[in-house]
Amino acid sequence: MRNVIPVLTVVLAIVVLWYGASVQLNKQWALDQAARQDRVLSTAELVADTWSQAKPKLPAPHQVAVELWETVAQKAVTSKRSLVYHAWVTLSATLLGFALGTAFGFLLALGIVYLRVMDMSVMPWVIASQTIPILAVAPMIIVVLNAVGVSGLLPKAMISMYLSFFPVVVGMVKGLRSPSTMQLDQMRTWSATRRQEFLRLRLPSSLPYLFASLKIAMAASLVGAIVGELPTGAVAGLGARLLAGSYYGQTVQIWSALIMAAAVAAAAVGLIGVIQRVTLKRMGLN
Amino acid sequence: MTDPKPEIARHPVIEASGLNLTFDTNDGPVHALRDVNLKVDKGDFVSFIGPSGCGKTTFLRVMADLEQPTSGSVLVNGVTPEVARKARAYGYVFQAAGLYPWRTIGGNIRLPLEIMGYDKAAQAERVRKVLELVELSGFEKKYPWQLSGGMQQRASIARALAFEADILLMDEPFGALDEIVRDHLNEQLLALWARTQKTICFVTHSIPEAVFLSTKIVVMSPRPGRITDVIESPLPKERPLEIRDTPEFLEIAHRVREGLREGHAYD
Repeated sequence: MRNVIPVLTVVLAIVVLWYGASVQLNKQWALDQAARQDRVLSTAELVADTWSQAKPKLPAPHQVAVELWETVAQKAVTSKRSLVYHAWVTLSATLLGFALGTAFGFLLALGIVYLRVMDMSVMPWVIASQTIPILAVAPMIIVVLNAVGVSGLLPKAMISMYLSFFPVVVGMVKGLRSPSTMQLDQMRTWSATRRQEFLRLRLPSSLPYLFASLKIAMAASLVGAIVGELPTGAVAGLGARLLAGSYYGQTVQIWSALIMAAAVAAAAVGLIGVIQRVTLKRMGLN
Repeated sequence: MTDPKPEIARHPVIEASGLNLTFDTNDGPVHALRDVNLKVDKGDFVSFIGPSGCGKTTFLRVMADLEQPTSGSVLVNGVTPEVARKARAYGYVFQAAGLYPWRTIGGNIRLPLEIMGYDKAAQAERVRKVLELVELSGFEKKYPWQLSGGMQQRASIARALAFEADILLMDEPFGALDEIVRDHLNEQLLALWARTQKTICFVTHSIPEAVFLSTKIVVMSPRPGRITDVIESPLPKERPLEIRDTPEFLEIAHRVREGLREGHAYD
């Protein structure tokens, strides 16, 4: 609870800056409008106008809040106008991609830790895969998968997976190698099999690393799903809302979609954090 | 005539002959062990003492099949260390207790038993028995962090005893503990040794500890790692802590110290 005051202070500072910035950014349009009508705006009128434009460069916080309220609370969640509906479309692809990416990353890490050939060869490719801009790859993945008859959720999930397997590989390789020489020697004195060593020592030891990786993977996965919606003219999802908003200059819609995406990411990462705390505490690892 | 048991009993428990071990490092070869010859008989309590780099831990690790000798041979119970390891001939106690924080004390002691495929009833029985042996009965359900360092090390000894190996290899098990706890654990270890009739190989760099515990003290020196003296202790098997003030004790301690000084190059 002692975090409340600092957090609120920061939030307040952001809101103040935000209001200030929207005055600065929207001022020109308001002044131009007034000049065209041969009116002179008082400072109060100018400020009021910059905070209530229909298509502002930077919408004021309360405009975004109103939009969020209307699209989250006042629409049925099945409606295409509901932000909850769009968030769910993106979240479902995120979760599927996250699951696939975690599984793939885990398998790669296993291979790297246990197979010398993979240890020597795989990591550079894994790193190279992440240096390619995802915006360039995403359309190709979607087009190729479409050509073989796969569309809808899976192509987006594939892009999520592409981004989310990376932190899992890196974290799990480190985690599975975290037992000390002494612990590994100890297993050897008991003539433990590789399987027993893995299940009883390496896997439990790797969990702190796994959780740290999962948090990054979840955030990356959401970015992947949104990026997957951008270049394809998707009709649903937070990415589609962003795209539609930018087509029609609906900055309020863009900002509310962004805030929704941030909230979804915070909730998902927060959930992993809770599971992490409970699990590691029970295991005596924190 | 064909009874194999007397045949086995004739073997020393540990028999090293002409043992050499060289590590190849970036700074050139390091002679960890040179021409080591040693016999350890059943029921012996052997201490290996020497400054760091004298190869005492390496020798213990060779017995445990954790290092491979460059030349020469070691037999454990008359077979190679690898065969002995697979036959679960020894329990190894490391410098750190190395208990798994996610397992209870009982769970930690059960770990080797699970790996070795004991059934549940046998596991429970043995856990109970060894906990009693190290005077930790009642701590089975506790987690390692709830125990003091000395108690954790006792639990790790219990773990090494759980599968009833005849040999106990101990690598500076009390090195990280304070003097008072150490004295107490030394007494307990002697009592345990008397009760279980195990053969114990014990690495230490404390002279009083080595003299107090051992029937045989192996003095080693570094560069190259080698044995400089083997002292058969004349002290009786019953050893109260006060024995450390007797002339016999001090005489052996003096001989160990001399042995260490001779072997040491002071460079």
